[in-house]
Amino acid sequence: MYAFEYARPSSIAEASALLKANPEAKLLAGGQTLLPAMKLRLASPSDLVDLGGLADMRGIAVKDGALVIGAMTTHAAIAESADVAATVPGFAAVAEGIGDPHVRNRGTIGGSLANNDPSADYPAAVLALGASIVTNTRTLSADDFITGLFSTALEDGEIITAISIPAPQSFIYVKMPNPASRFALVGVAVARAAGGVRVAVTGAGGDGAYRWSEAETALAANFSPAALDGIKADPAMMIADLHAAADYRAHLVGVIARRAVAG
Amino acid sequence: MTDQGIGASVKRKEDLRFITGNGRYVDDINRPGQSYAVFVRSPHAHARIKGIDMSAAKAAPGVLGIFTGDDLARDKVGGLICGWMIHSKDGTPMKAGPHPALAQGKVRYVGDHVAVVIAETLNQARDAAELVSVDYEPLAAVVDLGAAQAAGQPQVHDEAPANTVYQWHLGDKDATDAAFAKAAHVTKIDLVNNRLVPNAMEPRAAIGEYDFGADSFTLYTTSQNPHVARLVLSAFIGIAPENKLRVIAPDVGGGFGSKIFIYAEETVCVWASRKVRRPVKWTADRSEAFLADAHGRDHLTTAELALDADGNALALRAKTKANLGAYLSTFASSVPTYLYAPLLSGQYNIPAIYCEVDGVYTTTTPVDAYRGAGRPEATFVVERLMEVAARETGRDPAEFRRKNFIRAFPHQTPVIMAYDAGDYEACLDKALEMADMKGFAQRKAASAKAGKLRGVGYSAYIEACGIAPSRAVGSLGAGVGLWESAEMRVNPIGTVEVLTGSHSHGQGHETTFAQVVSSKLGIPIDQVTIVHGDTDKVQMGMGTYGSRSGAVGASAIVKAADKVIAKGKRVAAACMEVPEDSVDFAEGSFSARGTNKKMTFGEVALQAYVAHKFDSEEIEPGLKEGSFYDPKNFTFPSGVHVAEIEIDMETGVTRIDRWTAVDDFGILINPMIVEGQVHGGIAQGVGQAMLEGAVYNSDGQLVTGSFMDYCMPRADDVPSFNVAMSSTPCPSNPLGVKGCGEAGAIAAPAALINAITDALGHEDIAMPATPQAVWRAIQKMPRKQAAE
Repeated sequence: MYAFEYARPSSIAEASALLKANPEAKLLAGGQTLLPAMKLRLASPSDLVDLGGLADMRGIAVKDGALVIGAMTTHAAIAESADVAATVPGFAAVAEGIGDPHVRNRGTIGGSLANNDPSADYPAAVLALGASIVTNTRTLSADDFITGLFSTALEDGEIITAISIPAPQSFIYVKMPNPASRFALVGVAVARAAGGVRVAVTGAGGDGAYRWSEAETALAANFSPAALDGIKADPAMMIADLHAAADYRAHLVGVIARRAVAG
Repeated sequence: MTDQGIGASVKRKEDLRFITGNGRYVDDINRPGQSYAVFVRSPHAHARIKGIDMSAAKAAPGVLGIFTGDDLARDKVGGLICGWMIHSKDGTPMKAGPHPALAQGKVRYVGDHVAVVIAETLNQARDAAELVSVDYEPLAAVVDLGAAQAAGQPQVHDEAPANTVYQWHLGDKDATDAAFAKAAHVTKIDLVNNRLVPNAMEPRAAIGEYDFGADSFTLYTTSQNPHVARLVLSAFIGIAPENKLRVIAPDVGGGFGSKIFIYAEETVCVWASRKVRRPVKWTADRSEAFLADAHGRDHLTTAELALDADGNALALRAKTKANLGAYLSTFASSVPTYLYAPLLSGQYNIPAIYCEVDGVYTTTTPVDAYRGAGRPEATFVVERLMEVAARETGRDPAEFRRKNFIRAFPHQTPVIMAYDAGDYEACLDKALEMADMKGFAQRKAASAKAGKLRGVGYSAYIEACGIAPSRAVGSLGAGVGLWESAEMRVNPIGTVEVLTGSHSHGQGHETTFAQVVSSKLGIPIDQVTIVHGDTDKVQMGMGTYGSRSGAVGASAIVKAADKVIAKGKRVAAACMEVPEDSVDFAEGSFSARGTNKKMTFGEVALQAYVAHKFDSEEIEPGLKEGSFYDPKNFTFPSGVHVAEIEIDMETGVTRIDRWTAVDDFGILINPMIVEGQVHGGIAQGVGQAMLEGAVYNSDGQLVTGSFMDYCMPRADDVPSFNVAMSSTPCPSNPLGVKGCGEAGAIAAPAALINAITDALGHEDIAMPATPQAVWRAIQKMPRKQAAE
């Protein structure tokens, strides 16, 4: 780890100002990605702006039928929340399936979404659920928020404050873990809501988590695993690595999607 | 008599300190004035060093010294050694290049040591290390074991033409070829034994400290054999004479072989402590451990088994290429030769065996002993051959093995080993029953109904432990003897300290050795303290590896205890005023036969020290005895493991449904600890078979350089193990013990791959059988079966 300056602001406005003032500054949420990268000297922010002091960024509530989760809420808190279990139980399962107990007790939903790791679980979940990402300046749809590999629509000084999830009719996320890292080798989230069926895939896409529109169309007509039988993910779009070449990943997208639909 | 002696599953004495965080590992030790070392490591697999610019680094804050291979050479610090001479079949000695602790002229693997930076703090050392500018001229890497010996490949060492260290063989080629010529059936297979990264929980660490007053060094190091480390650092590397070098290996958090070896880092730390006049500490981070801890296995083998028409084994032939990496590590040469080929007879009566092994340099991390060391490789060859041969000839794999079992002991194999005892059929019968093989067909049908494949695989392994008879290994090229020492210090009130040359790094010696003493002397284990891991306390020893500590280390303790008892009888006889030959010792008491006179062990100990009741010219005061025990044979643990697996055909995910292990370890000192060793060994074997595999790209970069990509076994990767024993005492040592530390890792890979190939209906899958590999193998299944 290289030396860095540390600040613990007491308001979101102060945090945003600190972030804007230092181009090399990074927000510290749960630190489960940033701190290991810093320890390995792969990341060297000049300043860490710790959001840990901002109590109003933590917590879970149900407002107007939507689940609102503060950005600094930990995965463990989401997994254990009665509100989540009552509104979007499948989302509690997503949180419970992340990492290990250490990661779940430190890592936050806002931090994970801001990082937008292409193998993380939340990106697919928020895409499928049609969630909104609330920041200190605006509200973005998940579709607009997620822009690519480790890339989001967040601008300088912009901080995710909450995630708002409209309650779906049903939601399920199924993942095939990478045997080593246990990140998603392929993860598929399927949601049914008033607006239709939304299917999102993580771990597989070369450009990060994505909506799988062919699957959505097929499932809108016939919500059953068999509806996906003729639809194949394109290997050319897939991540390829030691654990899964593109053809295997593309195959798994279909398998895991069918399992998600089967529930 | 106590209920804590041999055979009692007493809880481990050492666990209280370990589970309460009171263990004392090398990294827990901090010496006054301590400085920190960081190694500048090669980013290239193969490169010439054209220059090293240290000017910026030397000016960095806190830097105390920066050293390169030239500095070591100037101080006449010798290179690292390989302690086992192998001769090629043409009689020439192995061709080894030099192995300097810090590179000279060339680097030969990613992670090779180029320079060391020593600074006041760890961060200062890291910062300065980044400022060391090395001018490399990159050379082509040699990564592919199969191609490394081909003409035109880059040379790793000039001393070893065609990157070939040796071309060794064992066995009778003519007899073997003749048997193959008349065989009714020949089974031939190609096998890959994958490369593994040991990954002990505690990374390696070292603190070197020079005492200017005493003109002597102390090295704290994560070693499985501190005395061997001292011997090598003194006699070969030339740090200091043995009486000026103390080596301490305190609590050590796992070794699995990787902490046997004497590495560059501890050599440099201890040497540099005099240069910078400060204690020098280094602790590997996990990334360094991946690059610089000696890896394990990495063989390519073609193996054949010849059968007669009745299914009797006639002969076995194997040709192996063994990847030794970029330099020869401490015991690297012996692992794919004398620790491998002599086990190729397995549990079977095979009249003729011939094995050829090429030891090959590549520009990869050095490869050396890893849990099982040669024996997992041999077992994988034998047990894959047996399984495939049974399938090819339409025989039941279990019954085919039974048909070929050795039944009479002692049994001389055609490859050195003389098996002393065993009952292979008893293990097989018990395993078949425990595994409920009668119900397998039904379970397979149920799996098929759910669209899944089910398979069962056997592994009837043998290993040679209790290494080793010194004279025998000396005749095979070993540079050392492999006896063990023990010293028993009885205190005046009858408590006992046992100093052993074995070293515990997870095995539980503080408990099991105390149990041996408890049985011998009839005292509770709390009155026994086991001392190990410090060359200033224990005079000499050979350390712990190769499942030798029970068979050799504990046997030395028995021998020392026998001497203590003999001396005690003389003291007791004098005290009780009876003839010495009328004194018996049993259940912790000396008694005079034919009288009611009796003295407890503690009373005799006290009398030995007060020395009031005997003539000191006839009996020396005190009660302390030492012994060196040299085993007369290897021990031969054996067993049968049965793996039953279910494969998800859509994803390729293999789930281990049940695991049955019936092992013959001879007499068990602590059955609970033995069972734990079996569990850990199986988990490591499952790791090799399904999860782990070190992968280099063609540039020689380690692709699997962290736990993100290198898959270690987790609790949910293995089932609850069904473990039982079927024991035949070992006739070759006083305790009848055989050793249990490696068995699981030896047995498991073949059992699992046999099960997976049984499910697939074809043999075309290599380790590790990851979900992706299994899915690809499913695509190669005969169409009919796939449809079932």
